[in-house]
Amino acid sequence: MTVAERSVEPLHRRLGLTDDELDAIVDRVGGRDPNDLELAMFSVMWSEHCSYKSSKPLLRTLPTAGEGVVAGPGENAGVISIGDGLAVAFKIESHNHPSAVEPYQGAATGVGGILRDIFTMGARPIAVLDALRFGDPGDARTRHLVDGVVRGVGGYGNCVGVPTVGGELVFDPSYIGNPLVNVMAIGLLEEHRLTLASAPGPGNLVVLFGSTTGRDGIGGASVLASATFTHDDPSKRPSVQVGDPFAEKLLIEASLELIERGLVEGLQDLGAGGITCATSETADRAGTGIAIDLDAIPRREPDMEPFEVLISESQERMCAAVRPDRWEEVREVCERWGLPVAIIGRVTDDGDLSVTSAGHELARIPARALTSDAIVHERAGSAPPHRRAAPAPGVSIDPSDRLPERGMDPGAVLLALLGSANLASRRPIFEQYDSTVGADTVAGPGRGAAVLRVRGTTRALVASTDGNQAVGALDPYLGAALSVAEATRNVSITGARPLGVTNCLNYGDPTRPEAFWQLQEGVRGLADACRALGVPVTGGNVSLYNESPGGAIAPTAEIGVVGLLEDVALLVGPAFVAEGDEILLIGEVTPGLSGSAYAALAGAAVEDGPPGLDLAREAALQAGIREAIARGLVASAQDVSGGGLAVALAEAAVWSGLGATTRVAVANSPAVELFGESPSRIVVTCQPRFAPALTLLARQHGLSVEPLGTVGGDRLVIELAGAGATGAAEERGSRIADALEVPVAALRHAWDHGLPRALGWED
Amino acid sequence: MPVRIGVVVFPGSNCDRDTIHALALAGAEPVELWHEQASLDGVAAVVLPGGFAYGDYLRAGVIARFSPVMRAVAAFAGDGGLVLGICNGFQVLAEAGLVPGALLRNRKLRFLGREVRIAAERLDTPFTHALGSRGPLRMPIAHGEGCYFADPATLDALELEGRVLFRYVDGDGAAAAEDDRFANPNGSLRAIAGVLNDAGNVAGLMPHPERASEPILGSDQGAAIIRSLVESAAIAANAAPAAVGTR
Repeated sequence: MTVAERSVEPLHRRLGLTDDELDAIVDRVGGRDPNDLELAMFSVMWSEHCSYKSSKPLLRTLPTAGEGVVAGPGENAGVISIGDGLAVAFKIESHNHPSAVEPYQGAATGVGGILRDIFTMGARPIAVLDALRFGDPGDARTRHLVDGVVRGVGGYGNCVGVPTVGGELVFDPSYIGNPLVNVMAIGLLEEHRLTLASAPGPGNLVVLFGSTTGRDGIGGASVLASATFTHDDPSKRPSVQVGDPFAEKLLIEASLELIERGLVEGLQDLGAGGITCATSETADRAGTGIAIDLDAIPRREPDMEPFEVLISESQERMCAAVRPDRWEEVREVCERWGLPVAIIGRVTDDGDLSVTSAGHELARIPARALTSDAIVHERAGSAPPHRRAAPAPGVSIDPSDRLPERGMDPGAVLLALLGSANLASRRPIFEQYDSTVGADTVAGPGRGAAVLRVRGTTRALVASTDGNQAVGALDPYLGAALSVAEATRNVSITGARPLGVTNCLNYGDPTRPEAFWQLQEGVRGLADACRALGVPVTGGNVSLYNESPGGAIAPTAEIGVVGLLEDVALLVGPAFVAEGDEILLIGEVTPGLSGSAYAALAGAAVEDGPPGLDLAREAALQAGIREAIARGLVASAQDVSGGGLAVALAEAAVWSGLGATTRVAVANSPAVELFGESPSRIVVTCQPRFAPALTLLARQHGLSVEPLGTVGGDRLVIELAGAGATGAAEERGSRIADALEVPVAALRHAWDHGLPRALGWED
Repeated sequence: MPVRIGVVVFPGSNCDRDTIHALALAGAEPVELWHEQASLDGVAAVVLPGGFAYGDYLRAGVIARFSPVMRAVAAFAGDGGLVLGICNGFQVLAEAGLVPGALLRNRKLRFLGREVRIAAERLDTPFTHALGSRGPLRMPIAHGEGCYFADPATLDALELEGRVLFRYVDGDGAAAAEDDRFANPNGSLRAIAGVLNDAGNVAGLMPHPERASEPILGSDQGAAIIRSLVESAAIAANAAPAAVGTR
């Protein structure tokens, strides 16, 4: 396109709106042509990021009802009652595109944005979990992004005083040009303080408080998060928002004080779409209108255009509906916390968002046209021609070695897996975060789910984030379902009951049929898994256009789960506890190595597909382990996931410093038994006297139980026995050894040093 | 009647609630002292909690020393009042010159949040007398600027006068080497984790005893430091009239 052609391109297209969308806008503003300012407001609000115009029809299929749900999708965060008048608020959100452009600020403002979603509801944020995904850790650009994102998460979270208690760090080549930064936040509130994002009561004041409005983040959502990335596009750099965690800290305290004192009728944070979004959404929810006085908005710099003021995504701002007789008190609270505060408009009864400056009306749009009545696209998805299906559960596979097992020493494989970039200790990352501020962290990052006690009660909240892009790339339905299964399982094995699911759906360009099919399949997997496991979806976020010149990312349904442990004294951890405890495997191995860490390490093309997931069996497993823990039978419980059974045992050994002597029956290939990642399995330890009761209980839940061995010593021994590993190794035509024996110290060394080595960090 | 202990709240304090909780567990009546107030409301001791006082953009604690409440705290300390600074509170005390030395950026220039072990050098101070032994005591650190620094003469004087209150220790309980990145992760000189002022009534330490004051949090070995302060404050409160009379 030449410069001349670009200059005649109509404004709506330059703002990213299609001709059809312009027609729909004309229709919604009474048949007239919108003016330029109105068009700019529509372009932001009808962006993919704000409107969910491609994903909305799919999201309606998710199960949202559940026990104790107080607020579900559509609110700033999901809220679920936990008893005694308390409730938990939680949500996960992406900040992928800003982080790709400017990793520190992208990640920092990602933390800031999700925290605002929590305290807007009246909840004090108590924890952050960050799920990060990058390309090859050996790549210089990846290392730059990892460093910046980690510093950004820490720089913001540490300062606002919210502990970072968990999350994920995953490397996968598909994220090379497009990292994923998904941040989950959890808050605690007294249920009667629940505050909704609405602007009720015509005549009430619309009050803006927090930072002033500047030119940063102009069109951040519409420009950055709603179009595919290309290299070297400096024009997008100003779109990244800049965060100030100290301002956020003041905003948290001021907002919670306003709510506690009953001074606001409704509260909304300013995120994507800035003032336009906050005012139109709150008016629409209340069935009211809002008249904005543009000149009253405090600004950071002079000569800002009206559209810049209205769509700026300057951080750390809140918008409240306030009764006129409460204004003085609201002003006093904000000023005490050192925050600029201004009346920027009034709630009206005309249903319109109108903007006035110096006596002239600059814009008038029905509020709902910008939000609930925004355009929805029915996109078409189509599956790619060659897709691998997971083997059906229970189908046996050809026992021949499909992966290059020949000549491989399983002990060496285990050490390589433990030291691999995706499975090694995350300590070098999470020790840059404050994980204990708040003095409620019972179990922080590094081993399984995070646990936070609820002060003044016997209860604890348990949280985990999980995503499985490796299987998602092969089967997006299964990838999403496995992610739900793993996140809920990680919560259940502590003894906690999963309360609800929040999800961050990271996919490619929805106008490409294959990418849209991936999203469809992901949502279907999410919905099926949540129904089968009985957990409602209470909110989340969709991030599309995750593509770069290198291609689209692997479909990534990132799942966050919060659970409730009634008695924190019954908490069970994943590490071995005592010498002499018996080790049991609950759940059965099923075939399939595709998508596993072993397959990635072995580097071979695998034709067997990823392992299947039987959701009914998963539900039984989680119910069974929760009951066993509640009855006090369990000493430790460790999920079998990345790296398979061998890595699960090795981690439990490393974390406790205790070895184990085990024997594994090999029905299939040794690789499947040791390193396969088939789901719905837990390594459980218990005192020997409890083993019969535990076994009986598991069987009553229809679960298979296999005694593996005993905790103790300073080595991990796994002896392979049975049809797949009888007699000499040569007899199987494989030189794989029939036993694995590695000192715990060697396991620990591999696990400790893997990540710094992969990232080239000083160790 | 429980002894009243003030907890200074700067706008960026984020360990104030944790400190109040730990003080209450130790039997005190915690009192919030807002950064703009010039009076300490008659409390028997003051704690400066962790956090990022005024954002700490320039340097940790550098702005806080000019706040109205810190003028009051300095006067209180000058009169022999007990003051404990934890993490950012230690940084503020150092910037205000109420304890010797400075807290530089961690040696690796990264924020560090992890558990450390410290040992008390003395058990006869208002901040350590309830410890049964020198330790080691397990508790978290969480800071970007915690590398204790002073010139060699000051360090020698601190050692000589018994004003090194806590040191980071290694697995054997010995003072950690300055280059022991595991035991002394911020690279503090002579492994100093906490110090006293010359009169012995003001102390600062980088680790967080308030986050290690209940078994459920993984360690309750910091509780005795908090308890020491509360008991010392109670004694000071009862002795207060006499102390005023002799001054």
